[in-house]
Amino acid sequence: MYNKGTIIPGLALFVLFVTFPIWFNGLTTAGDLPKPELPPGGEKQCVMPADYMRANHMRLLNEWRDDVLRDGNREILEIDGKTYRKGLQMACMECHSKKEKFCDSCHIYAAVEPYCWDCHLTPTEAASKEAIH
Amino acid sequence: MDKQRRKFLTIAGASVLAGIGAPAIIKLTSSDAVASSGGHEAAAGHGAAPAAAGHGAEAPQGVRLGMVIDMRKMADLPGQLDGAIAACIKTHNIPEFPDTKNEIKWLWKAPFENVFLDHSSYHSSKRVATTPFPALCNHCDDPPCVRACPTKATFRIPQNGIVAMDFHRCIGCRFCMAACPYGARSFNWQDPRPYIKKYNADFPSRMKGVVEKCNFCGERLALGQEPACVEACKGTGAITFGDLNDPKSEVRQVLDSEFTIQRKTNLGTKPSVFYIV
Amino acid sequence: MIEKTLKGKPAYWIWLAFLGMFMAIGAACYLRQYNFGLGMTGMSRDVSWGLYISQFTFLVGVAAGGVMLVLPYYIHDYKEFGRITILGEFLAISAIVMCMLFIMADLGQPMRALNVILHPTPNSMLFYDMCVLCGYLFLNILCGWIILTAERKQVHPPKWIYFFVYLSIPFAVSIHTVTAMLYCGLPGRHFWLSAIIAPRFLASAFAAGPALIILCCIILKRVAGFDAGRKAMNKLVTIIIYAALLNMFFVGLEFFVGYYSNIPGHKFALEYLFFGIEHHGHVYNNLVPFMWAFVILAFGAIGLLASPLAKREDDFFLGVGCAMLFLAFWLDKGIGFVLGGFVPNPLHEIVEYIPTANELGVTAGVWATGFFVLTLLYKIAVGVEHEIE
Repeated sequence: MYNKGTIIPGLALFVLFVTFPIWFNGLTTAGDLPKPELPPGGEKQCVMPADYMRANHMRLLNEWRDDVLRDGNREILEIDGKTYRKGLQMACMECHSKKEKFCDSCHIYAAVEPYCWDCHLTPTEAASKEAIH
Repeated sequence: MDKQRRKFLTIAGASVLAGIGAPAIIKLTSSDAVASSGGHEAAAGHGAAPAAAGHGAEAPQGVRLGMVIDMRKMADLPGQLDGAIAACIKTHNIPEFPDTKNEIKWLWKAPFENVFLDHSSYHSSKRVATTPFPALCNHCDDPPCVRACPTKATFRIPQNGIVAMDFHRCIGCRFCMAACPYGARSFNWQDPRPYIKKYNADFPSRMKGVVEKCNFCGERLALGQEPACVEACKGTGAITFGDLNDPKSEVRQVLDSEFTIQRKTNLGTKPSVFYIV
Repeated sequence: MIEKTLKGKPAYWIWLAFLGMFMAIGAACYLRQYNFGLGMTGMSRDVSWGLYISQFTFLVGVAAGGVMLVLPYYIHDYKEFGRITILGEFLAISAIVMCMLFIMADLGQPMRALNVILHPTPNSMLFYDMCVLCGYLFLNILCGWIILTAERKQVHPPKWIYFFVYLSIPFAVSIHTVTAMLYCGLPGRHFWLSAIIAPRFLASAFAAGPALIILCCIILKRVAGFDAGRKAMNKLVTIIIYAALLNMFFVGLEFFVGYYSNIPGHKFALEYLFFGIEHHGHVYNNLVPFMWAFVILAFGAIGLLASPLAKREDDFFLGVGCAMLFLAFWLDKGIGFVLGGFVPNPLHEIVEYIPTANELGVTAGVWATGFFVLTLLYKIAVGVEHEIE
């Protein structure tokens, strides 16, 4: 074989490079499945079953958004005796009060950056300005 | 070979175009789009009678929320309007910029001659000349901003007549700002958050690049509360709020008994905010 | 044919690099604006459209101006325009590219631009503007390309293309009409609320567009040995003079309506633009020099183009005249018209607009991009001409 000295290390480097995601995730914690923190208040019940929410929360939020803003349908939901106003800030964050430990855990893992928080306030954010006054 | 490739490319190109175009065409022909483009069917009927513009008889169909502002009471209680404005700012997380360039205004103060351009301010009474007038979105029955918006990010809610904004959809073209004859719309030229003094956790802030304006406190109405400015003036009768189409509503009682004026009625926008001067 | 853009004299590459430098500056400025928001510009709550939208408005006119070559050639069979019609079509393409870039630069949420298609709104003029602009861009690319390809192969263009060529004529008119309708349908903006806006836009477009084409022809003659022909140029000059006169006439009519009726709303913006206005003890007259420069340059250009000087062999005065006219109508439509409409604001307050350096950088970048595209397209067109000679 010609140029053995360059080809073999080159190949090794190449293999190492293309398998980067596999070994990097294996060696670090970046690849571990995210564990979103459950509501600190201990609520067990959501507006929909957990596996539905896991897959479809964004759809539900979009539906609520259109209901509330466009269709003037702001009815208060009552599920198992608990009432919810439709809204990210008004319903979701009431229980899942720690966005950083709940929303972000999966969103960072999945590398999605929803623009919800450009406008909507997390409880932490909302409280931050309370303190000034 | 070459010919086949060309044929393939032609067909592929045509199908891509069709694929992009089809959803738009379907949306356009769907009832939703038609309904919103002709969203003022109720208004169209009497739109033909120009004399009826503004103060004239309006077809009483459904709920049309409106407001009467009594300037006599505003003049008697000078701190009143400032309280209402402060309540508005607090309720809606409105940023307070130090400069006029970035200003976000939902409800604000201006002299009579600026608010009522069509009315003479020549030798106006002392009260009119010295009392600041509140200006806000008129929640027109035939709003030019809604007509101008290319994405339906601003629209008139048929159930209550509120001209609302969907900040999620606004692309920030500012066509509505050019269209609004009342200067009621503001644009977020930059991230507003650093300039919000105190947050209301029940309402979002806005992001840079979208237009905003008074929403008649749609979110408070849903909870059975009055708009923030109305609540701030409670007990004084300075602002009366309610359904203009309901003959028994408080706002109609006031309208029936007092002489009121509206802003720029000659433009045919049919504003829903009335002033007793 | 694209390969023709890859071979050129050093001057060609230097010119492209020069434009590329401005494009890079524009991109950097835009990045800053994208991250911070439109607060990077001089626009404000009261003057909510600035340089971007006014450039867009002017450039729609430049794009529509190309039809002044297409129409005589294809409808009236005016053969002299045969060589330069393609220049009109290619100018339209690059002008529309600039229009679209200016619109994107002006959006507060550019990532959501597709909402215009996802939520089509037939009551908005902006929706129609998007439709006709995209349509006109497509038509010009299609017609320009097919006809140039046929020319290169020395065959007649396929018959079906003529349908699109004829279609592009009403489209050219429609792009500028709809752009005028963006303004003239808004209640409460008296300066814009005038039925003469669309005709005036078309008139100034039919002068400014061809003026730029003549300038391009003069440059192409010097740098690329492309001769459009004296007769074609003279005909274009005639078109330009009449269109420019019409525009000045329409501007005069606005003055008559405003000043004779004496209605403050109709007068105010004109007064602000041409004479400056005193309001609460402050004089506002930022745009006065621009507007008088427009008037002087426009009449000077018309006089120069109508004189025998413009017909001289060396093309010097022809070039000067066309450059003056282009600049004049840029001042009129690309500065005065849009900015003047925001004075006074709906509450009769006056706020003046001064663009920021960052905004000027983006604007220069978009213009450079347009001329970059134009250079490449003209390189192709001229290359094909030389090939068949």
